[in-house]
Amino acid sequence: MNRTILRLIASRIAVGLLSLLAVSIVVFAITSVLPGDAAQEKLGQDATPEALAALRKEMGLDRSAPERYVQWLGGIVRGDPGISPVTGGSVGEMISSRLPASLLLAALTAAFSVPIALALGILCALWRGSKFDRVVSMTSVAVVSVPEFLVATLAVLVFAVHLKWLPALSYTSDTSSFVDLVRSLAMPVVSLGSVIVAQMLRMTRAALIDQLGAPYIEMVRLKGASPARAVLAHALPNAVGPIANAIALSLSYLLGGVIIIEVIFNYPGIAKLMVDAVTQRDMPLVQACAMIFCVAYLVLVTVADVSGIVANPRLRHQ
Amino acid sequence: MSAPALLVPSAPMVRRRKLLAEWNWSGKLGLAVLAILVLVALFAPWLQAHDLGEMSAAGVFQPMSTEHWLGTDYLGRDMLTRLIAGAPYTLGVAFAATVLACGFGALLGLLASVSGGWLDAALSRTLDTLVSIPSKLLALVIIAGFGSSTTLLVATAAVVYTPGCYRIIRSLGVNINAMDYVVVARARGEKRSYIMRREILPNIWGPLLADMGLRFVYALRLLASLSFLGLGVQPPMADWGSLVRENLGALPMGGVSVVAPALAIAVLTIAVNLVIDNLPSARIDGEKG
Repeated sequence: MNRTILRLIASRIAVGLLSLLAVSIVVFAITSVLPGDAAQEKLGQDATPEALAALRKEMGLDRSAPERYVQWLGGIVRGDPGISPVTGGSVGEMISSRLPASLLLAALTAAFSVPIALALGILCALWRGSKFDRVVSMTSVAVVSVPEFLVATLAVLVFAVHLKWLPALSYTSDTSSFVDLVRSLAMPVVSLGSVIVAQMLRMTRAALIDQLGAPYIEMVRLKGASPARAVLAHALPNAVGPIANAIALSLSYLLGGVIIIEVIFNYPGIAKLMVDAVTQRDMPLVQACAMIFCVAYLVLVTVADVSGIVANPRLRHQ
Repeated sequence: MSAPALLVPSAPMVRRRKLLAEWNWSGKLGLAVLAILVLVALFAPWLQAHDLGEMSAAGVFQPMSTEHWLGTDYLGRDMLTRLIAGAPYTLGVAFAATVLACGFGALLGLLASVSGGWLDAALSRTLDTLVSIPSKLLALVIIAGFGSSTTLLVATAAVVYTPGCYRIIRSLGVNINAMDYVVVARARGEKRSYIMRREILPNIWGPLLADMGLRFVYALRLLASLSFLGLGVQPPMADWGSLVRENLGALPMGGVSVVAPALAIAVLTIAVNLVIDNLPSARIDGEKG
């Protein structure tokens, strides 16, 4: 670690924080400012001006938009995003009761997908152009280009309906025994994992193949090293940065995928909570969930960039 | 995709006559499938064998039969009819959103690349902020704020995909803007709009079209996902994403009514992918790895 690297990392993290601030402004503007007067909408067109003014005061709408934004952001940062107008409950409690389930799903999916994707990606790069490579690459293109709910639907058809390995759409809340827990998590993890694996193996393969085109690999091959040695001992260490980058970026696809997967399997996580909140137009809940997703996304993107910086050998020897 | 490679002129005048000869077979396959689906969408009202709301005597979730080629849905309606009726929404909303996103993105991108300075910086930073929100999440937030309607869906997808198109057009535009003939045009005293329209735009049509294809696939996926979540096209209208959602009950038995719309979406997105991957004008950059 030298100063150049530290400075680059620090500036990358600063950019991430600034983006987060900008994102919070966008989220607040879209949900609270641009749609117009929430009090008017709640009471309808023929509300009396007095009732309207009273409700505006109660909802805090009598203050200016920047004032409301600062107060809202303060609440989010302190971990107190307010009260849900739909259920009357605390948004913070609703989120904290759902967040562990989503984190479990994401962590399990990542734990399974990363090794599988890396292995497949490296094998594809190693046997580039072979039948194996063509089948895996074609499948991954198909998986990446269709919507996630389609992958989930097909996964249910294959694993639950035809092979009968796993239960189909039944998320059982009865997770007392270990077997039940595994059975209820299996299908969501498999579907979500398919999407992530496809994304990650494509990026891994591309990163490795990019290295394999470099002159030093030709040199290694001319010296008489086997293709496997050229890939594993020479190309792979140089592709660690791009691959770490690919892993972090692919994991950010978890966020989009998890929204669909939680709904299709009726999984009690935070993404399902957010979709329900959008349906009921429960703004404080939507805002808080959106900010959690944005934080997770920006963290992953920043980690991707930082790992790229750390692994870049040209920066290490300055 | 390196930017300079895309600038190779594709000699449009000479090639236009033998347009199809330029396509390889997978590109042609994609074109053929896409053409059929577009025709189905355009002529949807005349292609329906059954009345849209008619409930079959056969009952719900029927398998394929001669009477109902793709079975019946969760209310016993003819699935093929529903699928055909959904085609205009599926293709139309995504197409409208793509045209808007790319039109707007290209306009802003050209403006930024020709103007430079504070305008470029302001546009780039603003649109970068939109990119730091995952697309599905941004769409959810917009729908939460404004409610869901077909117009809003078009606008939402357009907002979500404008920054991507902007970035590509801007980076291409910045390169062309530095070319001698643009410098000459500027020295002649041509206006900014003339340089955007007559000097830069003709040189970026190829990449712009390829990008439109890509955005179309993204928009299709996003809109189908939103409909699947029940936040997209609202009943009684239904696109293919809503058809999957409605008939999810048939999934545990592997019913055709949930598989058919899902496959329709897969066929459509893969066809568009085949077309853009094999676009003759965009193939110059060679193998993508």
